[in-house]
Amino acid sequence: MSCHTPVLDVVAEVEPPVLPAAPGAIKPMRTVALIGPPNSGKSTLFNRLTGLRQKVANYPGVTVEHHSGKMKAIGRGDLTLIDLPGIYSLATYSEDARVAVEVLTGKMRGVPKPDCVLLVLDATHLNRQLMLAAPVFSIGLPTLVLLNMSDELTARGGEIDTLALAKELGHPVALISASENTGLDVIPEFLLRAGSRPEDGLRPVQLPVLQSAASCRTWATQVTARTKYQTPAASTWTRRLDSVLLHRIFGPLIFLAVVIAVFQVVFLAGQPLSDWLTSILTKGGASVASLLPNNWLRLMLLDGVWNGVQAVLVFLPQILLLFLFIGILEDSGYLARAALIADRVMRAIGLNGKAFIPLLSAYACAVPAIMATRTIENKRERFATIMVAPFMTCSARLPIYTLIIAAFIPNRLFLGGIIGMRAMVMLSLYALGFLAALVTARLLNSSVMKATPAPFILELPQYRWPTLQGLTLRLYDRGKLFVKKAGTIILACTFAVWVLSVLPIHSGQASALTTSLIGHLGHWMEPVIRPLGFNWKIGIGLLSSIVAREVIVGTLGTLYGVDPATHSLGLQAALRGDMTLGGAIALVVFFAFAMQCTSTLAVVRRETNSWKYPAAQFAYMTVVAYVAALVTNQVITRLF
Amino acid sequence: MELTALSDAKVGSAGVVETVDLPENVSHYLAHLGFLPGTAVEVLRRAPAGDPRVYRIDGVEVGLRNETAKHIFLRLNEAAA
Repeated sequence: MSCHTPVLDVVAEVEPPVLPAAPGAIKPMRTVALIGPPNSGKSTLFNRLTGLRQKVANYPGVTVEHHSGKMKAIGRGDLTLIDLPGIYSLATYSEDARVAVEVLTGKMRGVPKPDCVLLVLDATHLNRQLMLAAPVFSIGLPTLVLLNMSDELTARGGEIDTLALAKELGHPVALISASENTGLDVIPEFLLRAGSRPEDGLRPVQLPVLQSAASCRTWATQVTARTKYQTPAASTWTRRLDSVLLHRIFGPLIFLAVVIAVFQVVFLAGQPLSDWLTSILTKGGASVASLLPNNWLRLMLLDGVWNGVQAVLVFLPQILLLFLFIGILEDSGYLARAALIADRVMRAIGLNGKAFIPLLSAYACAVPAIMATRTIENKRERFATIMVAPFMTCSARLPIYTLIIAAFIPNRLFLGGIIGMRAMVMLSLYALGFLAALVTARLLNSSVMKATPAPFILELPQYRWPTLQGLTLRLYDRGKLFVKKAGTIILACTFAVWVLSVLPIHSGQASALTTSLIGHLGHWMEPVIRPLGFNWKIGIGLLSSIVAREVIVGTLGTLYGVDPATHSLGLQAALRGDMTLGGAIALVVFFAFAMQCTSTLAVVRRETNSWKYPAAQFAYMTVVAYVAALVTNQVITRLF
Repeated sequence: MELTALSDAKVGSAGVVETVDLPENVSHYLAHLGFLPGTAVEVLRRAPAGDPRVYRIDGVEVGLRNETAKHIFLRLNEAAA
């Protein structure tokens, strides 16, 4: 069980580590590495030091990527702080630890070798946290040990003699609280010293020779014993909260209530905000367009570019709301409990309890959900979660669901007006998506993705108040990422679709839709979709909505608006006159299953680093959607 | 005294870890959470479905499925057993 790594070996041999060059020719410091175990408050500290956005979380393993930022917040804009993944040891079992070792030893491509290290440890259980100190010290960089959560420590009656500990470790030690912003002055002081003169001779008295977990542990225990470390009492708050939140009966009930409340608020508060944003963006687009001359340029900017950007931007309120909730749940420590409660159900369908979090967020949008699968360490389970996430009913399906239901389903009430027929249809569509995810997960688990199940090992952090700064930075970060990443992809694709809808140009005039490339395509594909009860206009809608599901509503609006026969009718009335009930229901069933979203495909490609997965996912979901829509249309047409 | 599998220890009981019989990558991860021979462990509570269960080891609370916990053996404390 040795955690000996080749890298550490080499470093250990060249001990003592020599710091740059001779006196007088000291190179200026450039890079500082921030390292610490999960839940040590490392990310909060990173935010404090850089003022940059970075996920702050209680949930182990959120920081898979390493982030960096200039240390502007403490007046050292000349220094770059690299945030390493939260790890328990430098043993290279995990990708995270490999990244950390490569960065610390200067072997990571594109990352300069750090000049010194800030090691963050949770002061409330130092025995265990110190296990990381030994391998970090033996890398040989000047290191400042920051014992975080000093406020918790004192509140719960723990004690640390930092001076004795510094002597024992051979490195400076300071008590801080990143969340309370106390004790951080020591960091610029250390950076000044580390940069101005070589190490001051403080060397570890003794480090474990063979750095196995057991020997690191023995060493850590000896160190804490010699320095008279007083372990703080268990947090009574956490105990009390857990006895309710993990209660046999109340636990699942509260869990359910939380999930429902998150949905409700995301929909109830998100929709008006989204509508409001839509009207602002539409008006803005129109007023800017009116300033432009009425020619192809205006058409291109409005139809080809602006509409695409707008379609993405209007979903920003829902995304931000969802991430606000996930942020609060995650930073407070509840999400880890939710994963614990959900594990039983997730295991039944062959997924890890941790998959619950991304799947929950897939109800708003699959893109952030797929990004959130990074918290699942096991690669196969992570990929399985990525494969099923797009089946969850995302908010982009709502426009077409709402349109079809309003047009075709009578507004009848059952059970004394409690349950509406329309709401029932909507609910069954949600259930359909969940069912598809369930069956797919089962299939993946019994065939392609079959693997020795990864153990579910989950550290339950103490409950903490989420910090305003942490939440704000998270929303800012997520919002920016969403607008930027999805926006570029959607923009490019809608523009391409628009270009196809005006080509070919005949004597300086854009084609009418029916004679355009996309019109020809629609007529050409009509035989394929006819058995589903779709006409060629729906076909074009399906094609255009490969970019994003909500695009179909816009496309249909344009098509029926242009058509002289349906020109004066509203879209609902136009559809009622042009589609059968079977075709209409088949259409929403198609949307429940189909992978109509290039952003999702692009994100899957990015997260799995291969085109294989998005291609397989697209093919599978399209086939399922086609078959399901075919069956739906044929059955309904024969029944009614 | 006989060794007890962690998954068999009752909620509220406490003991000292004796052996961890799991693949190296798993036992390594567990070791860094504190599951090492000689460390005191306490069975705190179960998840509402009964599995996973929550253990307190060395000041930290860790959730483990029974399928993992049954490979961790401990010597139960007399008083709590």
